[in-house]
Amino acid sequence: MFDYTPDEVTAILLSLRVALWGMAGSLPLALLTAWVLSRCRFPGKTLVDGVVYLPLILPPVVTGYLLLLLLGRHGLIGAWLDHRFGIVFAFRWTGAAVASAVMGFPLLVQAIRLSLDAVDRRLEDAARTLGANGAWVFVTVTLPLVLPGILTGCILAYAKSLGEFGATITFVSNIPGQTQTLPLAIYTFTQVPGGETGAMRLTLVSVALALGAMVASGPLSRLISRRVQGRDAGN
Amino acid sequence: MTLEIDVEKALGDFRLRARFSAGAGVTALFGHSGAGKSTLVNLIAGLERPDRGRIVAGGAVLFDDRRGIDVAPGRRRIGYIFQEGRLFPHLTVRQNLLYGRWFTRPADRYVTLAPVVDLLGLSSLLDRRPAALSGGEKQRVAIGRALLTSPRLLLMDEPLAALDQARRDEILPYVERLRDELRLPIVYVSHAIEEVTRLATTLVLIAGGTVAAAGPVDEITSRLDLQNLIGRYEAGTVIDGTVTAVDAAWHLAEVGFGGGRLLVPNLALPVGATVRVRIRARDIALALRPPEDVSILNVLPGRVVALGNADGGLIEVQVQAGTVLLVARITRKALDGLGIVPGQALYLMIKSITFDRHSLGQTMSG
Repeated sequence: MFDYTPDEVTAILLSLRVALWGMAGSLPLALLTAWVLSRCRFPGKTLVDGVVYLPLILPPVVTGYLLLLLLGRHGLIGAWLDHRFGIVFAFRWTGAAVASAVMGFPLLVQAIRLSLDAVDRRLEDAARTLGANGAWVFVTVTLPLVLPGILTGCILAYAKSLGEFGATITFVSNIPGQTQTLPLAIYTFTQVPGGETGAMRLTLVSVALALGAMVASGPLSRLISRRVQGRDAGN
Repeated sequence: MTLEIDVEKALGDFRLRARFSAGAGVTALFGHSGAGKSTLVNLIAGLERPDRGRIVAGGAVLFDDRRGIDVAPGRRRIGYIFQEGRLFPHLTVRQNLLYGRWFTRPADRYVTLAPVVDLLGLSSLLDRRPAALSGGEKQRVAIGRALLTSPRLLLMDEPLAALDQARRDEILPYVERLRDELRLPIVYVSHAIEEVTRLATTLVLIAGGTVAAAGPVDEITSRLDLQNLIGRYEAGTVIDGTVTAVDAAWHLAEVGFGGGRLLVPNLALPVGATVRVRIRARDIALALRPPEDVSILNVLPGRVVALGNADGGLIEVQVQAGTVLLVARITRKALDGLGIVPGQALYLMIKSITFDRHSLGQTMSG
């Protein structure tokens, strides 16, 4: 039962890689977007707000198809990237990471934004009177205080990415070793006769990874919150 | 170091127009809640922007709308101590203290951690986090944090308002040390007259968004027309004197001042120490002849200068005693009965026990 074939191991490792890069790639832009949405007022904010949450509302297949139109080899941006920099996303694991980044983006933005809204702005004012400019205030005060929100967002995005199916298969197809992540591999097993054990083996891994992330996040977020809220260790 | 303020700012329907200058020592901005004190301090710190005007500190122009100058808060070299401390919860006390020092140019630094920790008694707190501190401790750390930016001016926005009386008594001596030992100019916002009269050199009365009066604290507190703004219950006069004798047997001290001598409860201060005494108008009684066989120890001769406006059954009487102007608050019935008129010679009676530790404070020595 637990003899994982090389292909299955590849799918597991690929899934982890895609989830990790998708989350990491999404984070900087998510942080910036969350900050802009939390702190700035500008015309068209409602529209930006809507666009940010679009991947959450649209059917994943639609998101995947839009990605294909934009970032495919002949897509609007994809053709240019290929021509100028030789960067190709279509049918590569990097494309799967992009799909997972896009799908996780709204979750990251939402978690960080809520956290930013909760930051006591008067602490930022205090930092300004102590000599910090805007960037330093952000790095030394705001960022540490929203760390719990960032962690929550990352876990949500990571979990979303491990389960991402529709956008991935539409955008980068289902190529073993390239774009075949866990859900895609499980789906493939269920489509062939005698694939049940393989599907079950990968399902168990899926459950273990999701559970592992949740279990690990508990103590980690408690630790971070304690640091941020400033209770002494042992209190 | 002088601070020159001439600013205007509209906030909705409220309009702040303030013009005053402050020199060495403590300049108290006194007024009721909503009078515009906090906004004024935020303008000085650079956290809010005046609509127009000028702010100059120690010769450096911090704001001037006509010349397009608006120095960033972090570059004004002004230490700001907030009512709620505003310590960074994710940093230890030590890291909080050193936060601003890090942004201060080495050439501008005039204090280091060790003396500040010493001055404010913080050595046992350094590794703690703000959440584990009492209100008074937090405020001491906040003062230290502001000091370590080597400011040329300290702003204190009701630093004691969030504390109970015991904690206030704990912090006040530290503020006095900043004033007397470091000789830092301090702008001190408060709506508590006893803090103001204990600390301030200059008093700026703020009412309805404008400066109602500004000047030396003894002069302002003895003006009849301002008694209402100060608050009738707390209104009184501030005088500076010197301890001339200590009577250990009766637990009394004698304070000499321009109007004579006062017996006050023993302050544990040596002979020669300068003290500030606040005499509330309601604690002074008047007599036409020197009273005999009364328990009141302090009887000072004086001459009526002016009468205030009657308020219900009460009225203020301004009396010149020696070189000092004192204000007494009595009933109109008593005034009428005694036939008190300006120019009249009479006697002021002040009970010694009306001086408590909140109305007595040590002031600058030298």
